[in-house]
Amino acid sequence: MEQKTTIDKSFKTEPYQINMGPQHPATHGVLRLVLTIDGEIIEKVEPDLGYIHRSIEKMCERDSYQQIVHLTDRMDYLSSNINNEAVCLAVENALELEIPDRVKVIRTIIGELTRIASHCLWWGVMGMDVGALTTYFYGFRDREMINDIFEETCGARLTMNYNVPGGLMFDIHPNFVKRVKEFITHFKTKIPEYNRLLTGNVIFQKRMKGVGILTKEDAISFGASGPVARGSGYSCDVRKYHPYSALDKVTFKEALKTEGDSLARYEVRIQELWESLSIVEQLIDNIPEGEYRVATKAVIKLPKGEFYQKVETARGEFGVYIISTGTKSPYRLKFRSPGFSNLSLLNHIAVGGKIGDLVATMATLDLVIPDIDR
Amino acid sequence: MNISLNITKSIHEWLFSIMPEGVANIVEMALIGLLYLAIFAILGLFLVLLERRVAAWFQLRIGPNRVGFQGVLQTMADALKLLSKELTGTVKADKFLYNLAPYFVIISSLMALAVIPFTKEFQAFDINIGIFFLIGVSSIGVIGILLGGWASNNKFALIGAMRSGVQTISYEMSIGLSLLTMILITGSLQLSEIVEVQKSGWLIVQGHIPAIIAFMIYMIAGTAETNRAPFDLVEAESELGAGFHTEYSGMKFAYFFLAEFINMFLIAAIATTIFFGGWLSPFGITESIPWLGVFWFLGKALILIFLMMWFRWTFPRLRIDQLLTLEWKYLLPINLVNIVIMALIVWLNLTIKI
Repeated sequence: MEQKTTIDKSFKTEPYQINMGPQHPATHGVLRLVLTIDGEIIEKVEPDLGYIHRSIEKMCERDSYQQIVHLTDRMDYLSSNINNEAVCLAVENALELEIPDRVKVIRTIIGELTRIASHCLWWGVMGMDVGALTTYFYGFRDREMINDIFEETCGARLTMNYNVPGGLMFDIHPNFVKRVKEFITHFKTKIPEYNRLLTGNVIFQKRMKGVGILTKEDAISFGASGPVARGSGYSCDVRKYHPYSALDKVTFKEALKTEGDSLARYEVRIQELWESLSIVEQLIDNIPEGEYRVATKAVIKLPKGEFYQKVETARGEFGVYIISTGTKSPYRLKFRSPGFSNLSLLNHIAVGGKIGDLVATMATLDLVIPDIDR
Repeated sequence: MNISLNITKSIHEWLFSIMPEGVANIVEMALIGLLYLAIFAILGLFLVLLERRVAAWFQLRIGPNRVGFQGVLQTMADALKLLSKELTGTVKADKFLYNLAPYFVIISSLMALAVIPFTKEFQAFDINIGIFFLIGVSSIGVIGILLGGWASNNKFALIGAMRSGVQTISYEMSIGLSLLTMILITGSLQLSEIVEVQKSGWLIVQGHIPAIIAFMIYMIAGTAETNRAPFDLVEAESELGAGFHTEYSGMKFAYFFLAEFINMFLIAAIATTIFFGGWLSPFGITESIPWLGVFWFLGKALILIFLMMWFRWTFPRLRIDQLLTLEWKYLLPINLVNIVIMALIVWLNLTIKI
């Protein structure tokens, strides 16, 4: 803030407050940011949550474990299938169920497709936040193909409910493999198109480079995870360190950048599109035959104890922490959502930037508000 | 002798034969005013539709295609809807300025339209300081935007208005200087004369390298003047909601909206007149039919408008400091050097004449 000293004292400047949200196009939902601004320069960002709080964790204490799966859809709705998987894995581990390989592979394929769909949407919205409206439609075009595959598989496009404790709700559709392969060939030509349209643009590079810098130390101390942390060089991919489902059978690189600015976070996600695509490609040809679900009791009762399962959603590390007293519903259930920790560092990286920077930086955090506000 | 001239002349004579001279003059002015209002409205509605179709084309969509043939009546229907809407406003707004603001914007673009030479006889106001008038009048619009943002009693609107003030004042320099570069060749500010000069080659050909530089600077600055992407910080929807017209509704909003499109047309029309020979046909192929000048003029302007739409739907938005850096650190110095180069070229008689 060295500019201030040069300003003539007779022209006193005064910071003012402005409410960004809860009804604002850039906050992607009902997030309210109380900004303290000096002209165009951000002095403080205070996120105000609670506009979409549905007390999901409390509701879980009343529900059976099968029902909890459905509630997780409504948190991070863009990676709903991965959330479902986390709860199912936690319950299955607690019950020490042996899950068929077929289920594991299908879960991983659908999980990675979910990640691609989520990143497609993020990419479109990212472009929109920096002012390039066309990207939105390109991102949605490709996301639509994945949604169609999901629709055919389980009847739902967004809130999937495809996983149940013990396996999957239905077997995959006969067309599944064919359509996923079609998507892979289609999408391989489309990622370069994304780069041509947005990544290589001079204005975009200028908007992103050196903006919203998050150091590795800060990323760790704020509890950042997912692409946000990996853009700062903090290797934290749950899929690598604690592989679940069929992820231990595939080879993939963890997308990692060390710059820590908005562009790094952007490029990590673009890199993740390639990696997810390669994971799907490795698995799609050899889905093992077998059961699509193992029978569980109609009323699942977990043994007494504490269970934790973490997975990597499109936004970062998602954790399910269950305390069970041996009854049909958990005594206490806590979700560790990636968006919450990622939002907490917004004030840290946005201060000193312009309003435009704040919007661009927030877009690279890829916030989904129902995930933050459960 | 062409038909149009005959019609206007006979109307002129008929008016003067049935009423005293003063009244006839006023009636004629009113008629021309009405004609220009109609042009204004039709152009605005057409450009809105064009923008939507072009945007749809860029965005893998179809765009409006239900109301009328291929959606030609869509914008008409939208305008009717806007007319019927309630005019809302903020409680503590400065009512007088709030209501005044849209008229500043729309009147400035309407006045600028008057000097545009659509073809040889189709120009309401052939003033000898044409370009000067255009630059002067088109900068009145920013007052409307500033007033609208200020009087709305909304912080988002205020930020938008302040951005607009900064942006328009900065880029006015580039527009003025790039046009001045071309004036060095023509030696006249009168638009009809500028077009006459181009009978021996369009100015972008006559002035070759500096003219092309001037044209590029003009297009960048012109896009910034109209507050369109990539310079749409004024109404940056992801940052400010709708910017200065956040609190406007109904027809008042439509005035801002229409004025934006008319301004875009004006920028393209000035570029056509100054750089691309105005109503003149390429290689003089239809010189014998002067009325076709309108066709050539609009055709060239539409190509430039398409170019501006192309920018809009592919580029991300600049940040406010980058916007000012671009103008003051790059465009303006380049422009000043460019004027010197152009002066040298004109002095040494190095222009290309066909």
